[in-house]
Formats: sequence, structure tokens, C-alpha cells
Amino acid sequence: MSNWAEFFAMGGYGIYVWPSFVIVTVVMVGLALQSWFDLRTQKRLIAELEVISEKEKP
Amino acid sequence: MTWSIHTFASPTRFMAFSSIVLPYVWAAAIAFIAVGMYLALFVSPADYQQGESVRMMYIHVPTAWLSQFGFGLMAFASAIALVFRHPLADVAAKSAAPIGAAFTFLALVTGALWGKPMWGTYWVWDARLTSVLVLFFLYLGYMAIWATIEDPNRAARVAAVLALVGAVNLPIIRFSVDWWNTLHQPASVFRLDGPTIHPSLLWPLLIGAIGFTLFFIAVHLVRMRAEILRRRVRTLQMQRAAT
Repeated sequence: MSNWAEFFAMGGYGIYVWPSFVIVTVVMVGLALQSWFDLRTQKRLIAELEVISEKEKP
Repeated sequence: MTWSIHTFASPTRFMAFSSIVLPYVWAAAIAFIAVGMYLALFVSPADYQQGESVRMMYIHVPTAWLSQFGFGLMAFASAIALVFRHPLADVAAKSAAPIGAAFTFLALVTGALWGKPMWGTYWVWDARLTSVLVLFFLYLGYMAIWATIEDPNRAARVAAVLALVGAVNLPIIRFSVDWWNTLHQPASVFRLDGPTIHPSLLWPLLIGAIGFTLFFIAVHLVRMRAEILRRRVRTLQMQRAAT
């Protein structure tokens, strides 16, 4: 690979190669983040319910 | 309430186990993907027929592999859920669906983007492409069942039956390139007589595929953890409502 312009051109296939790498990256990062945020939300809900049940103890 | 110990024992063990292994699975996934993508983009040679467009193989093949791995996992977990009523099994099946659906979507999109320069078309209604599109709709149908049926036990049973029936599609996808005339090439990695792909392209592909698979496992563990906690939240809320 002699220079970056040549690398990004991908022998003329750049318009197909780069969008496919970008969409795979976006979907995989999005999926990982969404899963992690969901886990964090459920942890918070559990913690809140435990606080409530502690308060309600006589 | 003696049954609750039995019901929660193995999810509790799973929560402890998964929290220990998750950082290592993430680290390994990121390392393999980084090395695989570096080799794919900078080291591996251009194909003698396809030129630089062959680099799309390094993301198309792993996503296509995981689209089928996800459904196989879902069908296996569904069978365990139906037969043994193991409390983790339908959590595992339910959690695999959105990941499998995402990878099926990516396999279709990267396939279309590879198909345009190589075949001259983004899409063709042939056996391989159509059976993978059917796989995508099976995932969506499976997720729709969980989303629409209120009673979780009933949703689990109906979804499990769909996963098992839908699994018939997996061998159809696998052998579609042999049974019908299609633009899609036949298998070149997992063959009885060994890979027909050159080692300079095979190694980056395998390293990337291992990385993507580890990524699938990591996200699956995270989603299973979230699902187990979601069910605990539900149980706690129902206990509060009952008292």
C-alpha cells in the first residue's frame, strides 16, 4: 500500500468496501451498548426495589 | 416457597459465573477482531479475480456464520426449555434472538454490497439469499412472540416451537448452494475435503470469525444477565403488589 489515498480507493471498490465496514461497526457497537444500558437499567430497578422493601420493614 | 430455591439456584450461579468471565470474553473478542481486521485490511492480498473487493469477505462470512449460529443456539436452548424446563434455557434462547437478527441483517447488507460489484446486482431471488431473508423474518417473528404474548410461560412455549420449526431452514441455507443453481458460491471453508480458499485469505478470516463469535458470546452473556434481572424485578414487583 503506497499511500492512504490508494488504500481508501480499494482498487475502485471503496464505495462498496467502506460502507459495509462502517455498517457492521455501527450495528455491532450499537448492539453492545444497547445490551449494556439494558443491564444497567435492570440493576438500578433491583436496587430501587430493595431500598423500598428495606424502608417498609417494621 | 421451597421451589424458589430450585428455580433461582442455577440463574444465581450463572450470574456469579458470567460476571467473572465477561471481562475476559470482551478482551479476547476485541483482541481477535482487532488483529483479524488489521490482517484483513492491510496484510491479506487482493484476490486474483475479485481484486480489493474481496476484503468484504472478512466481515460478510463471519456475520453470515453468526446469523446461523444464533438460530442454532436458539433452537437448541428452546429444545432444552421445552423438554427439561431448565430455568436458564428460555433466557438463553430469548437473549440470542436480537443478536442473531442483527447479524442476519449485516450478512444481508454486506452481501448486497459485495454482490453489486461482483455479480452486477444487489439482490437476486435465489435459494441462498432468499433462505437467509427467511431466517431474518424467523428472528423477527420469534421476537414478536415474546413482545406480544403477556404470559411469559406461554410466550416461552410458543416461541420455542417457532424456533424448533424454523430450525428446518438451517440445513436449507447450508445446502442451498448445492441443491439449486445460484449466483452464490458453494462452501469454501467448512468442507469435508478441507478448505479450498488460499491460506493467505483463510487465516485472517478465521481469526476475525473467532473474534466475532466471542463478541456474540459476550453480548449474549450481557443480555442473559439483563433478562434474569428483568425477571427478578418482575417477581419483586408482583410480590409488592400482592402484599
